[in-house]
Amino acid sequence: MSKKIKVLIAKPGLDGHDRGAKVVSRALRDAGMEVIYTGIRQTPEQIVATAIQEDVDSIGLSCLSGAHNKLFPKVVSLLKEKGADDVLVFGGGIIPDEDIAGLKQAGIAAIFLPGASTEETIEFIRKNVKTA
Amino acid sequence: MEDLVSGLLAGKVRSLAKAITIVENDLPGKREILQRVYPRTGNAYLLGITGPPGAGKSTLTDKVIAHLRGRGKTVGVIAVDPSSPFSGGAILGDRIRMQQHALDDGVFIRSMATRSHLGGLAKNTVDVIHLFDAAGKDVIIIETVGVGQDEVDIVRIAQTTVVVMVPGLGDSVQISKAGVMEIADIFAVNKADRDGAEKLVNELRAMLEMVKSEIKPEIFRTVATDGVGIEELVAGIFAHGRRVEESGLVAKKRCLQAENELKAYIYDMIMERITSLGGYDEIVRQVAAKKLTPMTGVEKLFAGLGIAQEE
Ligand SMILES: Nc1nc2c(ncn2[C@@H]2O[C@H](COP(=O)(O)OP(=O)(O)O)[C@@H](O)[C@H]2O)c(=O)[nH]1
Ligand SMILES: [Mg+2]
Repeated sequence: MSKKIKVLIAKPGLDGHDRGAKVVSRALRDAGMEVIYTGIRQTPEQIVATAIQEDVDSIGLSCLSGAHNKLFPKVVSLLKEKGADDVLVFGGGIIPDEDIAGLKQAGIAAIFLPGASTEETIEFIRKNVKTA
Repeated sequence: MEDLVSGLLAGKVRSLAKAITIVENDLPGKREILQRVYPRTGNAYLLGITGPPGAGKSTLTDKVIAHLRGRGKTVGVIAVDPSSPFSGGAILGDRIRMQQHALDDGVFIRSMATRSHLGGLAKNTVDVIHLFDAAGKDVIIIETVGVGQDEVDIVRIAQTTVVVMVPGLGDSVQISKAGVMEIADIFAVNKADRDGAEKLVNELRAMLEMVKSEIKPEIFRTVATDGVGIEELVAGIFAHGRRVEESGLVAKKRCLQAENELKAYIYDMIMERITSLGGYDEIVRQVAAKKLTPMTGVEKLFAGLGIAQEE
């Protein structure tokens, strides 16, 4: 029996728009994954604590507030600090092209822009999670 | 595995989280973990919170956690939600209501999907409870969906089961059809800020009049969103706990639970040995083709193990 892929979908930052996060959550569920959804306005500290307790394989961060350059890398560095840097982190939301390289350098494995299909995200997770 | 278990017993968050994953998914190492953890279990207070979707179970759990933390107790939460029957996936959203505790070291919350296991609990929930217990959580709250007779697994395990009900869900139907009278140790009539709460309480009272059990369930009114009635509810829970402890009911439950776990291991062990011998599938086929009765099939399988059947 193979272990189910478990993903935390989290919304850091102060914007209250969670439609995108919910669409992704449902798509991942429909692809057979178990999705933890924690709602809007989560701090990086809360997100990482949740990811560790839930022992997720991947974290998807959605941010529309424009604070992604601060919040996404913070999540990655906190994971490292807690020895949980095997968790695959990806991001989505309204993110300018010129920010993407910097985010990838900071350890965000992929960025999905608003036009991206949910299939791409599913594919990406399946290919890249380290399931035991 | 050694490190994982010692970490868990020392209360380390990541060790507990990793151990739960192994146990939940039947991964290698499960047996060894449980073997070492069992002797350290039996200290936690197990509290079941169940009820229909949207009744406010998670919100109530959040407030109960806060109250227990105020009393200095450490808390483990297992939040069970159903898996999608179509994809096998799940969205587990109970934590949304509990995120105020995300950074509290004294609170560990874990979501579990039922994975089409019947009984309202996720498969292996009991084993996960053992891990929380050994990790030193004083109270373990198990949130499950459902109030039907099919979903009473929680009752077999928990010291106290709270059934959460809300006004306006077709009240008398809610009560009588679901068989909640057999499940509930305590009723929380939540969303008491809404019309119909009084009516629901009265209907519950009337139903309880007809119940013959020696310990009658108490009814509490709560407004989980505002924390109203939580202190009384928690006091009621522990009062119930003391009563069932004194009456010997807890000891009886523990015995039944031990027997259930033993039976499950007996089944697993025998099945493992039988299937490893080979010839099992052939016997299944012969029983299906009506060439063998199931009883004779078992005799043949047991003979293969060197276990003779007494006549
Ligand atoms: N009016 C009112 N709404 C409540 C109360 N308790 C919970 N809710 C709301 O009911 C909805 C479902 O709550 P939730 O705790 O997720 O329910 P669960 O599915 O039983 O876990 C949420 O929108 C809550 O804010 C209450 O006492 N009064
Ligand atoms: Mg819930």
